[in-house]
Parts: sequence; C-alpha cells; structure tokens
Amino acid sequence: MKFLDEYRDADKVKILIDQIHSLKLPPINIMEVCGSQTHTILKYNLEELLPSNINLIHGPGCPVCVTPIDMIDKAVLLAQMEDVIFTSYGDMLRIPGSKSSLMKAKASGCDVRMIYSPLDAVMLAKDNPHKKIIFFAIGFETTTPANAASVLTARKLNLTNFYMLSSQVLIPPAVKLLLDSELIKLNGLLAPGHVCTVTGTNWCSEISNEYKIPIAVTGFEPVDILEGIFLTAKQILINQYNTVNQYKRVVTKDGNLKAQETIYNVFEVCNRNWRGLGEIKNSGLRIRDDFRQFDAEKNFEINSVTSNEDQRCIAGEILQGLKKPNDCGLFGKDCTPIKPVGAPMVSSEGACAAYYNYRSVLKITENE
Amino acid sequence: MDCPKPETEFEKILLAHGSGGSLTGKLIRDIFIKSFNNDLLNKEHDGAVFNINGYKLAFTTDSFVVNPIFFPGGNIGELAVYGTVNDLSMCGAKPLFLSASFIIEEGFEILTLQQIAVSMKTAADRCNVQIITGDTKVVEKGKGDKIFINTSGIGIVSDEVDISPSNIKAGDKIILSGTIADHGIAVLSERENLVFQSQIKSDTAPLNELVEVMLNASKNIHVLRDPTRGGLAASLNEIASKSAAGILIHQEKIRIKKEVKAACEIFGLDPLYIANEGKLICFAAPEDADNLLNVMRDHPLGKDSEIIGEVINEYKGKVILKTSIGTKRILDLHTVEQLPRIC
Repeated sequence: MKFLDEYRDADKVKILIDQIHSLKLPPINIMEVCGSQTHTILKYNLEELLPSNINLIHGPGCPVCVTPIDMIDKAVLLAQMEDVIFTSYGDMLRIPGSKSSLMKAKASGCDVRMIYSPLDAVMLAKDNPHKKIIFFAIGFETTTPANAASVLTARKLNLTNFYMLSSQVLIPPAVKLLLDSELIKLNGLLAPGHVCTVTGTNWCSEISNEYKIPIAVTGFEPVDILEGIFLTAKQILINQYNTVNQYKRVVTKDGNLKAQETIYNVFEVCNRNWRGLGEIKNSGLRIRDDFRQFDAEKNFEINSVTSNEDQRCIAGEILQGLKKPNDCGLFGKDCTPIKPVGAPMVSSEGACAAYYNYRSVLKITENE
Repeated sequence: MDCPKPETEFEKILLAHGSGGSLTGKLIRDIFIKSFNNDLLNKEHDGAVFNINGYKLAFTTDSFVVNPIFFPGGNIGELAVYGTVNDLSMCGAKPLFLSASFIIEEGFEILTLQQIAVSMKTAADRCNVQIITGDTKVVEKGKGDKIFINTSGIGIVSDEVDISPSNIKAGDKIILSGTIADHGIAVLSERENLVFQSQIKSDTAPLNELVEVMLNASKNIHVLRDPTRGGLAASLNEIASKSAAGILIHQEKIRIKKEVKAACEIFGLDPLYIANEGKLICFAAPEDADNLLNVMRDHPLGKDSEIIGEVINEYKGKVILKTSIGTKRILDLHTVEQLPRIC
C-alpha cells in the first residue's frame, strides 16, 4: 500500500538503524510526544534495534489518557439522563470515572453509542428529533476540526437536539510545561505529525529556539520514527537545535489553514485540566458563546460532580515521562486493559496499554 | 439450592464478554466450566469428541447474531451452516447432521426468512449434511434484533484421527489456509456503509472438504482450528495456552488482501484480531508440512495457503510475532471488543 509499505520496509529500517548506531552518542532522552508514536515503537519493538544510550520517553500525546476524571464523570451523568443518546469514540467508553464508566452505563441500559465521526452524531440528532444527542468531543488539534465542522453542520441543519461535551486540548502548552519541568531533562523531541498536519510547524520552531532543543516533526510508521530519532540525535551530537520536518508527505510549515479557521470559528482557547498534569493555562478549547446552544455543560446540570481519582495510579508521572508503565505497582496486576485503573491502560494510544499488549515478551526473555 | 457467587470482576455482561478474547475465556471458565464441569467440556475445544458403541463422534453448537443479516459474500443462514460444519471439521470429523433453531423478532419479513432457509439448504447440500431437526421461537418487536440462529451438529471421526493441542511438538509447522480478516471487514464495511473500489467479500465457506483432503494426505496433523471470532491471534493464543507450546509467527507470511488491509488502516483495526469464516490453521509435523501445503494449495479454499510459523521450545504458552522489520514481540489476546456481532 503506497505511503505505508515503504515506511514499514525492513531494508530502510536497517539503513536507519546503522546510521543511528554510527553516531557516537552520549546517553540522551528523546520524547515522542504522540501516543500513536509510542504505539508504533512498542508494536514494532523498535527499542530492540536502538542503541541503549537512547532513552525513549513517552509523552502526554494520548487524548484519551489526558481527559480529566471529572469530564468522564460528567459524561456518565449525561448518559444516564432521560432521552439522551450519548455518543463517543470507542476508547472513551472504557475509561474509568470516579464510580462508573460509559461502558458500564451502557450495560446498565443507558443509550451509549460508539461512533467513528462527530458527523455521525449530528446525523443521529437529525434522525431522532425527540432525543438529545450528546457527543463527547475529546482530542488534540487533529480531531478538533471535525468536531468544529459537526457544530457548524448542526447549526446549518437548525438542529436543537445536538450537544457537545468539550474536553479538547492543545499540544504546544503541554510540551512547554514538560520542557519547563526540572524533573526531567529532554534532549530532543519527536513532534506529533498528525497535530502538525493541522497546526503546521511554526510552533515547533518557536519551541526549538526558546528551549534550544532539536525537534523532528515525525510520522507514525517504523521508518518515520527511526528517521525522526536520527534527525534529532544528529543535532544533539553537534549542539544544533532546529525543527526539521520528517513527515513532509503530509505536514507543511503553515498547516491546514482552512481547518484552523474552522476550529477557531467554533471554539476559543481556555485553561484546561489535564489528567495527571493539572491545569495548564491556555491549553484547552471550549465552545464559543455564539454556539452555546450546543454546549452540553451550559445546557445540562452537570457542573456539580465531585470526582475522586484512584490515588495509586501514577498516570500523571507516566504522562510527564517521569516514570515508565512497568514502574507502577499496579501494572499488569491490579491494572490491566480488562480492568483499567488509569486511562493510559485503556486507550490504544496509552503507554500502559502499549506496554501491556506488546512488551511482555521482553520480560519473558529476561526470565530465561 | 443456593447459587454459588460467581468470581468475576464485573457485575454485568459487557459486549467484550462476547468478543472471543480474554473476557470471553474468563466468562466460560468462571461460569460455564465451573457449573457444567466434565472431562469433555473441560478440553475447551470447538466441539466435543467422544465414543459411543465403538463409534467416535463429534458434537458442537454455535449461535449466530451477525448484523447485518445479509452482507457481501454471505448471509446469517449460510454462516450458521458453515460455522457448525467448520467446527466439526476442526475436530477432524466428517459432518453428518445439523439442527437449526430460530429466534425471530415479531414483524420480521416471511420472504426474508424464506430466503435464509433456502440459502441454508443450499449450504447444507454443498457440505453434504442434512438439517434434521429444529425449533422456532418468536419474541416481541424490540426484544430481539431481526433473527438469531443456533445450529448444532454431529459428525463422525475416523479412528486414526487424533486432533488435540496436547499432540503439538516443538518443530511443528503452522499452516494458514489463506488471507485473513475478510469476513470481519466485509461485515463492518456493510454496517458502516463504507464503499471501496473493489467490494470486500466475506470468506464464508465450508472447510470440510479441505480438511478431508488434508487428513488423507497426512497422519501427522496435530491441531486444526478455524480462526473465527477474535481472529488469528485469539486462535493461536488458545492453542498456545492449551498445549503450553511456544508459537513463533512470521508476520510477512500472513496474507491480507490489499483492500482489507486498507480498510483496517482506516478503522484502526488490527487484522490479526479480525474474524474469518472460511480459513483454517493447521499444526502438523515438519516432515509432512510441504506435502500438506501442496495439497492445500491444490484446493480452491486453500490456494493461498502459507506456512506462517512454527512451534518452538521457548516462550511456552505464548505467541511471539516476528514483525515485518525483524523484531520480536508478544502477540497477546485482545481484551476489548473490536467488532461486536460479527458472526
């Protein structure tokens, strides 16, 4: 398949691995920001091929994982309301809230539906005029254009029964928070290719300059990741700190201007709570007042929820790259994808789930 | 009589309990095996094989709840016949007789029921089996979803045939009879109204004839399994855990149709976990593997057969995937429901 097979090619992987090994690197920390990149690293077990002095740190770029627990509790509360059809992407269904999850609400008889696109929720609203359709909008800049388009479509169709629960977040403020942290020293970053498809790469260049850190805007296949690592590591070696675009087949400097316009037509920047990271200034998107009729938080009584997070879960430290999933005492025992304690064990982009699904082979090797 | 309190982590059934993945296995062990507990059931095979009056028989049952009931390449009736025929075939049995039970929702079109019955008869004729008994129940509108079908089947096993995970030995070759994920993706594409350049069709097919030629060609077939719900990954994991053997699979040997692969990319699904309805995996002694492969490739339903892996001494009870780039990782059971109601 074009644009996929050549980026999973064993020969190309070998060439890049040789190039990376030929660099005489000191021990370095490179963070892949996006959860899909973490997933590829684990799914292809790329660390088996990399020199041991490259430490890959898994970043906060899993939209499901960073959704705060009070938003899950609000979602469950909405799903339990009369005449509501609650719609969400599949992974959100299993995220544990304080007491329940959307999946458990569904099993108890609530009408919770997994959808692939927010426009499906709009169509549900059109087809079910006597029901209230609520869409759980989560995600980074990658998913927000489609969310914005769904609100615009609902307005165009004059729908009065479509609502959105917005827990959307922006990547650049979270990356800056991690770079400001004294707890971890990052030497290079793999920026998230999907986010940059929408945002462009200017924010990466600004971060490179401000923090003197090399960044490779990177795709999601094994060849992409390894090339991103090579382009970053090469710069670390000679103290360069530029942003380079590895994912040129998709990402441009200015990004998708039409998508950006659509986002800010419907949403505005706000402070937002991140699971594990706390409130980050200007890191979220909320629905503009012009569109308040679609805002679930303004149209339903849900703001009084009180939430309790399981204190044993170290998701916060994992999302900041301070710890790896197998550093957690719950990992693989009290916390598994069947019965997750924290969100990173749920999402396919979550670091804990990726470790659980793909990494146990290493433990077996160690035992033998 | 007091019911024992089940030791499960959930108070209610979730869709994932029907996924064929680890929750299904847990449910079966915690509830059904504990309650029914007997030697034949405890083997947890696709069907039970037992002796009566000197005859070795195989018996199995399967229910079909696929949505939509008509999909590219098949329908629920055909699936119900082939599914049970295939489960019998995987016991090494020659399928003989089937039962068919229908749970029908009030308001269902009689004409559609007729269509389903005709296609079941055609399917049964193709497999040389007869549907000899059945049952019909109707539930109120809204209390079922169109139609659910259960089939049970009985078959006869030759004395020299002995299919069981306990026969697996290190060095055994693993043969897969063709491309994977066709069925699950065909049903999903129909459900989601997804149109591709070329239509993806279900691989729904009876495997009894293919199994017959294989059993004639080799006396050293150790395990047969049709990787339906939960896909290739689930079947391999079941075999690994029952036999305590280590299984090494070479990713580049697994064939996936181009359009199926594309659909998997779009949906974010892993084809290794997607249902098949006309494929089998065979574990056989290494000395018979090449001959079996040739025999399988000569049959229309096995023309794309490949040796995809082998049984190894390491990683006991686990399935290891050698990725397309040469690294190794575990191929585990999925814990979540990728696609409900696929068969």
